[in-house]
Amino acid sequence: MAADAAVVVEKLSKHYRGPPPVDAVKSIDLEVARGEIFGLLGPNGAGKTTTVGMCTTRVVPTAGRVTVDGVDVRADPPGARGRIGVVTQFNTLDRSCTVFENLKYHCRYFGMNHRDAKARAAELLDTFRLADRADANVMALSGGMAQRLQVARSIAHRPVVLFLDEPTSGLDPQSRIALWEVLGALHDEGTTVILTTHYMEEADRLCDRLAIIDYGEILVMGTPDQLKRQVGVETVVTLTLDGDREGAVKALSVVAGVDRTEIVEGEVLVYLAEREGPLPAVVQAALAFGLVDLALTEPTLETVFIQLTGRALRD
Amino acid sequence: MTDTASATAGIRVTTSPRVSYRAAFWGLMVRDTKVLSRSLTQFLLRTVIQPFLFVFVFLYVFPNIGAGIHGPGVASFGTVLLPGLVAVAIMFQGIQAVGLPLVNEFAQTREIEDRVMAPLPTNMVAFEKILFGAMQSALAAVLVFPMVLFFPNSNVHPHVNPVLLVAEIIVACLSAGALGLAIGTGWNPRQVPLIFSLIVIPITFLGCIYYPWASLHTIRWLQIVILVNPLVYVSEGLRGAITPNLQHMPWPVSLGVLILIGAGLAWLGMRGFRKRVLG
Repeated sequence: MAADAAVVVEKLSKHYRGPPPVDAVKSIDLEVARGEIFGLLGPNGAGKTTTVGMCTTRVVPTAGRVTVDGVDVRADPPGARGRIGVVTQFNTLDRSCTVFENLKYHCRYFGMNHRDAKARAAELLDTFRLADRADANVMALSGGMAQRLQVARSIAHRPVVLFLDEPTSGLDPQSRIALWEVLGALHDEGTTVILTTHYMEEADRLCDRLAIIDYGEILVMGTPDQLKRQVGVETVVTLTLDGDREGAVKALSVVAGVDRTEIVEGEVLVYLAEREGPLPAVVQAALAFGLVDLALTEPTLETVFIQLTGRALRD
Repeated sequence: MTDTASATAGIRVTTSPRVSYRAAFWGLMVRDTKVLSRSLTQFLLRTVIQPFLFVFVFLYVFPNIGAGIHGPGVASFGTVLLPGLVAVAIMFQGIQAVGLPLVNEFAQTREIEDRVMAPLPTNMVAFEKILFGAMQSALAAVLVFPMVLFFPNSNVHPHVNPVLLVAEIIVACLSAGALGLAIGTGWNPRQVPLIFSLIVIPITFLGCIYYPWASLHTIRWLQIVILVNPLVYVSEGLRGAITPNLQHMPWPVSLGVLILIGAGLAWLGMRGFRKRVLG
């Protein structure tokens, strides 16, 4: 175990007895360095939330061990909670309290006295552009604002590691970008961030490193660039065909310069080892199968996921 | 980056677990007090109206329509009612202040998660619920006691044993909070109407509020069956502390059994709480 790791996950498993019985997480290992933004990317139901739940004391592991800032999460849950901030998928703001009070009482729970808690709450309201809503009830906040407040609350006690579970799920694009900026700023300050997402752009844009997770297992781990390079192709051609797709796959796979082809969700994907060379020949071949549309993209994390699982990531 | 990171880690206030638990627990109490102070009117209404209607009907309406009820022997009905109504006020506060809000928080709002993530053991978060509920029960007792005592025509002659009264109230209030926690963690919102028909109504009517337990000796089976009702021990205990000239259970029995029941409910409630918040 690296001495300076913020989070170490060893052989972590979670089995739910059911019915139906589910192995939500199957013996995963990972290590997140201090100051890193680490992403768990995977489709809904992949085990991301359960993994974060076990790291944040909310889900009791069936087996394995998690340490956060050197503290064993299972052996000392309160000690671990003092070191982490958590933003769950759900709005867990205290509905009996105002925006300001949500921050103030959170600070009190984490040991600040009345004056420090008030000062910290006021500072966060300014930072997160919520000052004009200080006395509003949290029920009156828009989705984006509520999420900003949840993030503000989660870092109010200056945690070593911030966990965010699907932080931008259900947010409008503007709020999503605003949240990315907030996370970028936290990263610059050196906070370790672990987030789960099923948005590949989000993982690509935010994460220093990420793990792709599916059916409770980590399929691959690395920087976004490493993962995309690992696909071994330069360009992905997505073909929408009217005709026989199976036939097209066979015909296209023998075109020079084509690495491989497959059908994903009704579209034919053609992976090219070089950028432009084989394209005219691919188009020529596809025309015979009723080519309706085509798109060229560089390999994305979606490409990586498809290559690993044969399925698309989007839900 | 390492420098910044360690700097961030260094900001965190590191204190001994006991100090941080205490601070977190206190923070929860401060929050709950603030929320209660905001809904004080609601608290007063739900606390006072029911016992007021009881004394109004039993001590004013009934006598005036010639349907007066008497206590056993020479005791006035007001003397019977005083400890009984204080007891029921204490017990219901536990259900109303702890039980029903928890049912909603667990099922719908999930807002309890914030407090569960505070840096203290989950059992202490649950115990804070019991303790804060107990404080509201005590407040309810303080409101209802003079209201019944000074109700016109109540004709109550208390002989208060202050030490026993305080002991009974503390144990009763904590038991009420524990009952609230057990209900709040064990039932879901669809079952709330059932909470009233299966718990609230039976424990009230069979809780020795309107009659001392001893006077049930003519219906022996009922006298024995209602011994499972915690409200019986609260009523009888308070009777021993407030109106000892009426028949009542010996205080070591009422207090002792209530402590056992309260501890059992607290254990059940805390276990339920852990089950609800931990996956």
